[in-house]
Amino acid sequence: MTALLEVENVRIRFRSKNRIQALMDRDQDPYIEAVCGVSFTLEPGETLAMVGESGAGKTTLARSIIGLATLRQGSIRFLGNELSNLSDAAFAQFRRNIAMMFQDPVGCLSPRRTVRSLILEPFKIHRIGDKNWTAETKRLLEMVGLSDSFSGRYPHQLSGGQARRVGVARALALSPKLIIADEPTAGLDVSVQGEILNLLVKLQADLGVSFLIITHNLSVVRHISDRMAIMYLGRFVEQGITDDIFYHPRHPYTHALLSANPNPDPDDPKEQVELKGEIPSLMNRPRGCEFHPRCPCVQDRCRSEAPPLETVAPGHLVTCHYPIKRNGRP
Amino acid sequence: MGKDRNSVLDIRNLSIEFATTRGRLKALRDVTLSVPPEKIVGLVGESGCGKSTVIFSIIHLLAENAVVTGGEIEFEGRDILKMSPNELRAIRGDRISMVFQDPMTSLNPVLSIDTQMTDIQYRANIDMEEKRNRAVEMLARVGIPDPRQRLANYPHHFSGGMRQRISIAMALLANPALLLADEPTTALDATLEAQIIHRLRQLQDMVHCSILFVSHHLGLIAELCDNVVVMYAGEVVEEGDVRDIFHRAAHPYTQALLECDPARIKEKTRHLPTIPGDIPDLVNLPAGCIFSNRCPQVFSKCRTTAPQRFEVEPGHFARCHLVTEGDVP
Repeated sequence: MTALLEVENVRIRFRSKNRIQALMDRDQDPYIEAVCGVSFTLEPGETLAMVGESGAGKTTLARSIIGLATLRQGSIRFLGNELSNLSDAAFAQFRRNIAMMFQDPVGCLSPRRTVRSLILEPFKIHRIGDKNWTAETKRLLEMVGLSDSFSGRYPHQLSGGQARRVGVARALALSPKLIIADEPTAGLDVSVQGEILNLLVKLQADLGVSFLIITHNLSVVRHISDRMAIMYLGRFVEQGITDDIFYHPRHPYTHALLSANPNPDPDDPKEQVELKGEIPSLMNRPRGCEFHPRCPCVQDRCRSEAPPLETVAPGHLVTCHYPIKRNGRP
Repeated sequence: MGKDRNSVLDIRNLSIEFATTRGRLKALRDVTLSVPPEKIVGLVGESGCGKSTVIFSIIHLLAENAVVTGGEIEFEGRDILKMSPNELRAIRGDRISMVFQDPMTSLNPVLSIDTQMTDIQYRANIDMEEKRNRAVEMLARVGIPDPRQRLANYPHHFSGGMRQRISIAMALLANPALLLADEPTTALDATLEAQIIHRLRQLQDMVHCSILFVSHHLGLIAELCDNVVVMYAGEVVEEGDVRDIFHRAAHPYTQALLECDPARIKEKTRHLPTIPGDIPDLVNLPAGCIFSNRCPQVFSKCRTTAPQRFEVEPGHFARCHLVTEGDVP
């Protein structure tokens, strides 16, 4: 069976200086690598969560899948079809099967259009005609748990949770096979966050769509994803089955991220790994293992030699010289 | 807690309304809370519950359409609401300082850190060199490497986490009795959040100030705070020691809020708990308890009579008919 989405060794770079500046600075390589060498596959009906701090390249990678960022290298295949060097017209037919939900729930809806017009916009863009539009609006609103009375409202008349539901309805409009959700719950309160995630889980059960979810909220990841990948400075440092990673994280960065997300209990013994410093700049990547300046278990080898991608268990890949042994230190 | 004479800050029965085109929006109703000396008090609640209004009323940064309709804010024995602008100016930034949510907007982008950190000491009767030394010392305390060299830098030279450290350093330079922190880590990543919180705790031990810490992140509150105040739709629904709140929550809203936090759910689940319904309209308030339309344990009295603040156990207060009447539903 072909995978729904195969991403192989993708590199994306951005120019960091204009040509004249680069010439003046004698800079041969005036680029920053936002994503460097990421590979993963996504099966039909599966949920993969990408986790990482800001600047890790999560959003850039997602944008490249829907054609909003140009690949420097690598390939993206959707149901076996190469997407990375298609013309716009050829890309459009695949694009119908991949929907994207952008980060800001209210900000990604045009403030001057009604909910009905927002929901029907995907049909217009892909020139899908002759449907009963009123019935179609009603059907989509019902799917996301909103009543028909919302169709005449404008985005500013919606709460954050309702706006997010409209975003989900828009994503569902063309019955896509893959939905990419960039921070689907950012900015929502915990009580509303649960509603949106339950909705996504229900839609997956009903329609069999795959989800690629980008988030930094690990407690969400644990409950809704099948597999997860942890991103740091444009690379996947660890990927595997969500339960395995939560049960036994191998990469020290994963371990630190998991421990930074404490159980809300004042008496819970907290074994928190505090990372030194901050995420390095992409302009100035550390040598060797890129995590070494912040790593609590750094050793000499990490400073000079970049670790290879290793399989530590079936489907569980880690980039670390000294992966964490069970419960604690390497 | 409560009417503790020794509290640094005592807010009693504070009510604030905003004049809107639809009528008066009752943003805060009968809010009572106190901050004991050298304690960290967490203020939790979802968006729109009035957390920021409480903070802004303490330092008088409320919007122009705000009307204080009752209550008092007693700080070190004096009512802030009755102070003249001059008296207010004397305590703001001196006895009370504040760390804002977004460090990018709270620092001035066109002034160097040096200028900003010496300016803020304008009250101190010391020469420039000494002010600079104090700034360097405080920057070192919040964990900025090479503070003396970095003093000449501008805010854009620093990363988000560094900027928030600088804001904290500036807030603590005045040796305040009370530090107000309005979601100081919301704009930061998880690993930086942990760093800032540890640092805040250490600094509080050194400076001996009280902190009123606003957040919607329950994990942080549990870790950092001594006391917790839970707000819902403009009312304090429950307050108490951090263990009272997290282990023996009395109010159904607090219980529901804690249940909703996915970090608390040990078993993997595909169905997360939620609080069905919406916050009531604060212009036309419903009769009875403010949480009655969403409460899973609602009974007839809740829809007619508003519950009073009730001491469940010493220092643990809740506003709910269930705790006043035992289990009568």
